[in-house]
Amino acid sequence: MADSKDLVAGIDSNAKKSPRRIVFITRRTSAQVKADTEDQLQTFPEVLFRAAVAIQVLAIVLVAIALMFNAPLEGLADSSHTPNPAKAPWYFLGLQEMLHYFPPVVAGVLAPGLVVIALIVIPYFKVNIEAEGFFLKDRERRLRIFYAVAAGLMIFLGFFHVLAALVPTLIMAGFMLLASQSSPQSSSAFRRYLAARPLSYWVMTWFLFELVVLTAIGTFFRGPGWSWVWPWQGS
Amino acid sequence: MAKTVDQYFDDLRGTRVWRSIFRSGTGSSTLKRALAIQQNVFLHLFSTKVRTRMLSFSATWYLGTLTLGTFLILVATGIPLMLYYHPSVPQAYADTKDLQFVVSSGLFLRNLHRWAAHAMVFLVFAHMFKVFYRGAYRAPREFNWVIGVILLLITLLLSYTGYLLPWDQLAYWAITVGSNIASAVPLMGNKIHFLLLGGNAVNANALLRFYVLHCMILPLTAMFFVAIHFWRIRKDGGLYSHASEPATLRARAASGAAAGKEAQ
Repeated sequence: MADSKDLVAGIDSNAKKSPRRIVFITRRTSAQVKADTEDQLQTFPEVLFRAAVAIQVLAIVLVAIALMFNAPLEGLADSSHTPNPAKAPWYFLGLQEMLHYFPPVVAGVLAPGLVVIALIVIPYFKVNIEAEGFFLKDRERRLRIFYAVAAGLMIFLGFFHVLAALVPTLIMAGFMLLASQSSPQSSSAFRRYLAARPLSYWVMTWFLFELVVLTAIGTFFRGPGWSWVWPWQGS
Repeated sequence: MAKTVDQYFDDLRGTRVWRSIFRSGTGSSTLKRALAIQQNVFLHLFSTKVRTRMLSFSATWYLGTLTLGTFLILVATGIPLMLYYHPSVPQAYADTKDLQFVVSSGLFLRNLHRWAAHAMVFLVFAHMFKVFYRGAYRAPREFNWVIGVILLLITLLLSYTGYLLPWDQLAYWAITVGSNIASAVPLMGNKIHFLLLGGNAVNANALLRFYVLHCMILPLTAMFFVAIHFWRIRKDGGLYSHASEPATLRARAASGAAAGKEAQ
């Protein structure tokens, strides 16, 4: 409980002596009245049972996949024969796609490093996913900042010809623009939803969108020499 | 009257040997059920009660539980795979071929391990985004979010180190491409690259290093952080639900009291 910190006594004690208990009774101490009680289930056996069922379902699905599809196995590793393209595991293909546009120190070190640092510091900054809609307060100023940041980002991506990242950015900017033109009183439920999204939602969703698009492009749309290939063309 | 299965199980739980192993006794009282969690070294990581609303599928999509599930499957399939595998060149490839064609159920074991590994990477990402969009990273749960990010990186490393072990063309070149990125680190890139691979290129040393990382160091590190991750859920007040937060309850109580005063 967050409140209990206020009750900690600030007296240093001798760690080598058996501690003595002292009770402080302040006047006008009253029993705390719980504001609300909420239904709870006992972990044993209810929650453990549900977890077991969830894991069972997962196991059945994975066993079915394992019975139907074989893991890939190619020829013996050969350092003198480079396949074209040489691809990293799928979860790194977003990174490899970035490597296509930027020097390795930017795409391979700086970008992922910054992403990890950004993820770690999220809870320590005032990132609040439950905050009010971004454009609902101080609308003019925030709209100007949005225009500046979006334009800067697009010029940067356009300058390096990063079409794969530019298109998702354009789409997200479009949604944000729609959000800025919407309000909680909008007639369409979708626009009411957009209007209520805070800044942290927009930034994270943009990141998720880029992650999915870049990974998908690296996985399905890249062939020899990292050229653009349609999935049905084969490699 | 014939005994039911439940009664036999209760009798078993009452025996001296059972009682010497499990500290909680028999019985179906609230206390005994709480003790079954609290008096068990593994289960005591969890709280004895969970809010009913957090058990609905929509609350968490069970993504954390499912991630644990993939990890358990990976341990269960990974250990038998180790029995048939030598981390040496070119024996590693021959062993993988044997698993594919000679060892009974070897193909199934390898398939399950491979697909469960992909599922785990996917589920860890899904879990992270779900936690973010729920706002469950916020105080007092900041540090558990950080541990989650560490677990994400460990999961990626586990998958990445496992990728090399079959020693086929796919494995070799994927690791070559990936490890070359390490060389791009300013100043000490080549040193890191050398340390990672035990040489200047992917070779037998790299295979051994990745094997030790994959089967020993990374799983143990993952378990260490998973234990803290679970334990912190309990210590930080259970699964996050905006409606159940102390701040929300206080605000509601205060507004309720104010409304009551106005009514008087």
